Amino acid sequence: MMRFLAALLMGLTVLGQMAYAQSGPLRIEITDGVVEPLPYAVPDFVAENSAAGGYAKQLAQVIASDLSGTGLFREIPEKAHIAKITSFSAPVQFVDWKAINAQALITGAVSVSGGNLEVKFRVYDVFAGQELGNGLRFKGTVEGWRRMAHKVADAVYSRITGEGGYFDSRVVFVSETGPKSDRKKRLAIMDYDGANLQYLTDSSSIVLAPRFSPTGDKVLYTSYETGFPQVYILDVGSVQRRVLNSEAGTMSFAPRFAPDGKSLLLSITRDGNTDIYRMSLAGGAPKRLTASPAIDTAPSFSPDGSKIVFESDRSGTQQLYVMPAAGGEPKRISFGQGRYGTPVWSPRGDLIAFTKQNKGRFHIGVMRTDGSEERLLTASFLDEGPTWAPNGRVIMFTRETQGASGSSALYSVDVSGRNLRKVKITGGGSDPAWSPLQE
Amino acid sequence: MNGLTKIGFLLAALALAGCDNSGAFGLGGGGGLGGPGSGQFEDGSADDPTSVAHFRERVGDRVLFFVDQSTLNEEGRLTLLAQANWLLENTDYNAVIEGHADEQGTREYNLALGARRASAVKEFLVSRGIAGSRLSTVSFGKERPLEVCSAEACYAQNRRAVTVLKADVNF
Repeated sequence: MMRFLAALLMGLTVLGQMAYAQSGPLRIEITDGVVEPLPYAVPDFVAENSAAGGYAKQLAQVIASDLSGTGLFREIPEKAHIAKITSFSAPVQFVDWKAINAQALITGAVSVSGGNLEVKFRVYDVFAGQELGNGLRFKGTVEGWRRMAHKVADAVYSRITGEGGYFDSRVVFVSETGPKSDRKKRLAIMDYDGANLQYLTDSSSIVLAPRFSPTGDKVLYTSYETGFPQVYILDVGSVQRRVLNSEAGTMSFAPRFAPDGKSLLLSITRDGNTDIYRMSLAGGAPKRLTASPAIDTAPSFSPDGSKIVFESDRSGTQQLYVMPAAGGEPKRISFGQGRYGTPVWSPRGDLIAFTKQNKGRFHIGVMRTDGSEERLLTASFLDEGPTWAPNGRVIMFTRETQGASGSSALYSVDVSGRNLRKVKITGGGSDPAWSPLQE
Repeated sequence: MNGLTKIGFLLAALALAGCDNSGAFGLGGGGGLGGPGSGQFEDGSADDPTSVAHFRERVGDRVLFFVDQSTLNEEGRLTLLAQANWLLENTDYNAVIEGHADEQGTREYNLALGARRASAVKEFLVSRGIAGSRLSTVSFGKERPLEVCSAEACYAQNRRAVTVLKADVNF
């Protein structure tokens, strides 16, 4: 089992280093950053009572969609299976799953009683002929069945890769409709995979760049509700909102929560000059953290709250800087060609994601927090605004196509630059922000 | 001038559609301008030198900027001199200056850049004797492009600051 974990863990090593697993049946081989996905089977769950029948297949499908969606796993479809799982407790006949080369097997059972659903599952290392970790069970409401599936997939992903999962998470973003000259924008929230979409605002005012609180129950965003860009806080449950900085004649935007959730960073513009401020959610005047005549914006805390990365054009072009959380002398960290903006500190603390503009193209990239080992993950006419999955392994961002009929969409890519995918949403979308893993 | 013709046409279309925002004359009006305190004016005839139509079409309500710049060019300064003279004569009007950027930039940066542009216009008008209290500024960043092609011909029209006349400025 350990070699199985080790092999996958190496496969996930950041920065695309070549990693090879040792010999053995379970391995992921990386060639120039390309992983050979691990074949697995997730047969329909066993329905333990008749009310659970409708969920048995759907749970397996969502789990498969999560795992295969990472690009690290490849599902062996049901039609290739030569055995069925009809009892959750009966011993697994590993030979049946070896025969179809399934290296991992996920079995599960579901029962429904009243409005509640209970899911049990086990993960097997088929070629080792043993269970990988212990069986687990989750309980929830039937309405929340997709979350149960995501939790199972998170546990499987986590056991096989040694990394935290990210499937039981949500994304808040700006839903877009209408022509480029009169785009209608509204805040929306959905599961990370696009399911369970809900709108949080109407489209009567421009809204921009929502950001989750560390607990995922609040969202900061910028709205033109008063005709003027100002930062608001919105409660996801009640959809109640209030303006945070309502100083007359003062624009505020680019908000982001501090890791403790009790204060935020934002940009405030006075007399045409944009600086970074910190303000407490309990009230009080915003405290100014930068004091240059340059554009200082897009601040993001390090996960330990000790540092802030932001963008500034104080050198003449947009570049990335890191300063202490209380303010103070910033240190420039970006030195490559082109312009750098919208830095976001990884939840793991190891990397900073950014938007780079160079020679008429836009890129999403990552670098170490000291600016070293810069790597570009994408290239297009317009990519911008990265946000990290809760495990720091995947980045979601906005991609806009060019021309009069250009539109925005959400994409995801993993930190090695592999597995670029369009997120399935209806209509256009921009400015995604990934929630923490749900409790 | 092509851009201005289109603007006139667009406003006419909005008026026909019965849009109650017709009092906000600048573009980017779809961005929620016309909020509390904004006045409703008749557009008037461009031949009437005290009319909003005259300000927009004869005086010129906008200035354009070079890529990533907020410095006023010679043409812009001439337009703003004329705007200042008009505002000195027509003291019933206040103005909101809307700064905009083209799409080649990140969202936050473009908001800040548009604010710089609007502020450059305000400073110039104040230096020509307009009371600062009559002028306010706002930025739409890249949210309200006037022209939608992804080419310099469009970008040049989008890098703009538009002086939008209002009865009152009271955000």
